[in-house]
Amino acid sequence: MLNKTGVPEKSLILSRFPDNVNLGKPKAITECYEPIPCNPCETSCPFDAITVGKDINTPPKVDFDQCTGCGICVYSCPGLAIIVAQIKEDQAFFKIAYEFSPLPEVGETVHAINREGNILGTARIEKVTLRKKQDKTALIDVSTSKDFLHEFVTIRRMS
Amino acid sequence: MQHVDLLIIGGGPSGLSAAKMAAESGVKSLVIERNSKIGGQLVKQTHMFFGSEKQYAKTRGINIAEILIQDCMEHKDMISFMTETTVVGLYPDYVVTVMDRNHQYSKIKAKTILIATGASEKVLAFENNDLPGIYGAGAVQTLMNVHGVLPGQDVVMVGSGNIGLIVSYQLMQAGVNVKRVIEASSVIGGYKVHASKLKRLGVDIQTQTTIKRANGKEAVSSIIVQRLDDDWTFVPGTEEEISVDAVCVSVGLSPLSNLLSMMGCEMKYVSALGGHVPVIDQSHETSVDNIFVAGDVCGVEEASSAIVEGYYVGLIIGNKLGKPHPHYEHLIQDFSQQLDNLRSGPFGEKTRTGLKELRGDQHA
Ligand SMILES: Cc1cc2nc3c(=O)[nH]c(=O)nc-3n(C[C@H](O)[C@H](O)[C@H](O)COP(=O)(O)OP(=O)(O)OC[C@H]3O[C@@H](n4cnc5c(N)ncnc54)[C@H](O)[C@@H]3O)c2cc1C
Ligand code: SF4
Ligand code: SF4
Repeated sequence: MLNKTGVPEKSLILSRFPDNVNLGKPKAITECYEPIPCNPCETSCPFDAITVGKDINTPPKVDFDQCTGCGICVYSCPGLAIIVAQIKEDQAFFKIAYEFSPLPEVGETVHAINREGNILGTARIEKVTLRKKQDKTALIDVSTSKDFLHEFVTIRRMS
Repeated sequence: MQHVDLLIIGGGPSGLSAAKMAAESGVKSLVIERNSKIGGQLVKQTHMFFGSEKQYAKTRGINIAEILIQDCMEHKDMISFMTETTVVGLYPDYVVTVMDRNHQYSKIKAKTILIATGASEKVLAFENNDLPGIYGAGAVQTLMNVHGVLPGQDVVMVGSGNIGLIVSYQLMQAGVNVKRVIEASSVIGGYKVHASKLKRLGVDIQTQTTIKRANGKEAVSSIIVQRLDDDWTFVPGTEEEISVDAVCVSVGLSPLSNLLSMMGCEMKYVSALGGHVPVIDQSHETSVDNIFVAGDVCGVEEASSAIVEGYYVGLIIGNKLGKPHPHYEHLIQDFSQQLDNLRSGPFGEKTRTGLKELRGDQHA
């Protein structure tokens, strides 16, 4: 399916998630399934939590014990293929990369979007970070229902 | 007539990195670029690049161009530039004819020549493909990212290679509605991470579908798309009309190698490398002594490999002119390893088989 539509199969998506117990802390989820010559995720992580290895075509692997969920890899990935996910009570929290202007504002209610590009429900913008070193790719903290944990991938502003 | 040791035709990533390495080796060069801006394809790439740190991964293309130009500026006494100047002729006595911005012709004689002219977009044959509003993907990028002009409001992208996918994303960023990406093959051509990025935005990618006809009087107003079966023949009854005010065609690039043919370099048609390419050995020297090539002109690939190839060939030229780089052996090894590494995955397979076919040997 990924090859024909750009939407990964559910089993692929789940293969990149740790179990829910471990998601009490924020962890990086790499949605990069295909061997491509690329490794900024590995070289940007200050905690050495992502490994691509000597052959830069190897897809990345996250060591969840090392990952702090800082989100640096999220805006460093040229494929915008990394999110950070966390569960707090009945809410799922994400860090996502966002490259559209204008940026959403903290507190704003936005659409929660799945990998098909469809609306799942609503999400709330918790934080918007755009420092110089992020080179124009904003990092957005967003919360939504825990039910969307494995479906949510991005936001769309309501307008 | 002006005399130079090394003449570099094309100021893209491969030409610039070759100039840098040649300068470090002690060889003076003149870079001739037909555009007003140096940097080749990079000057319109607003997205972050793939690769590894050595090839400036995660840096935006525009900024990679600046880095490469800055590197050249550090060798001001060794590298000079002529912009808005096109090389129009290349002759066996190593004399090139150039036409400058004032349409004045002049001649330059060179000891060695590096041809780094890149590639040009392939055109697609369909009815009314000459209507205004039908663009190549590169033209759309130039319009949008260099001149700040939108090609239209409702666009269909033809072709799902990396360029088609990236330009679609950039169109969406600019507020243009990309109605669909269509792809004749049964699978998406580019990196799936780019495809997923688009799909998330609600842009459908439809495989086994092609454009049959464009409609419109003064400009394109709609197109007819149709499904293809596994044998690439039209499936009857699947025609669909999509209203658009622009169509973007991105069906691949072919090497801009006509100067090489003019010079009498031995050429070969290698489809995996994009078309007619010069026959070269490991040193990137063509069948004509002291004529070298680097980048897309000898096989359509990526900027990352164009940069590394430029460095590699710059070193070799220095050596050939009797001025080996102080770290020649080490660097040659480093660059060939980088190239092997970039080409080792499934997306490098085309280049690997293409180079094998071209060289007719197992060194590739
Ligand atoms: C939309 C798009 C997206 C891309 N995305 C990526 C990416 O994410 N990562 C990546 O690694 N690569 C990417 N690429 C590919 C990359 O841009 C090219 O592979 C790379 O630029 C090739 O470098 P080059 O130096 O061989 O040629 P070019 O960059 O094409 O440079 C050749 C230069 O030669 C000049 N020239 C040609 N003929 C003459 C003449 N007769 N006289 C004078 N000057 C001449 C041209 O004007 C040009 O400036 C992308 C390409 C496109 C079009
Ligand atoms: S979120 Fe931070 S710690 Fe975790 S992998 Fe990414 S960069 Fe490393
Ligand atoms: S940086 Fe992104 S696209 Fe590149 S390998 Fe890592 S996850 Fe994949």
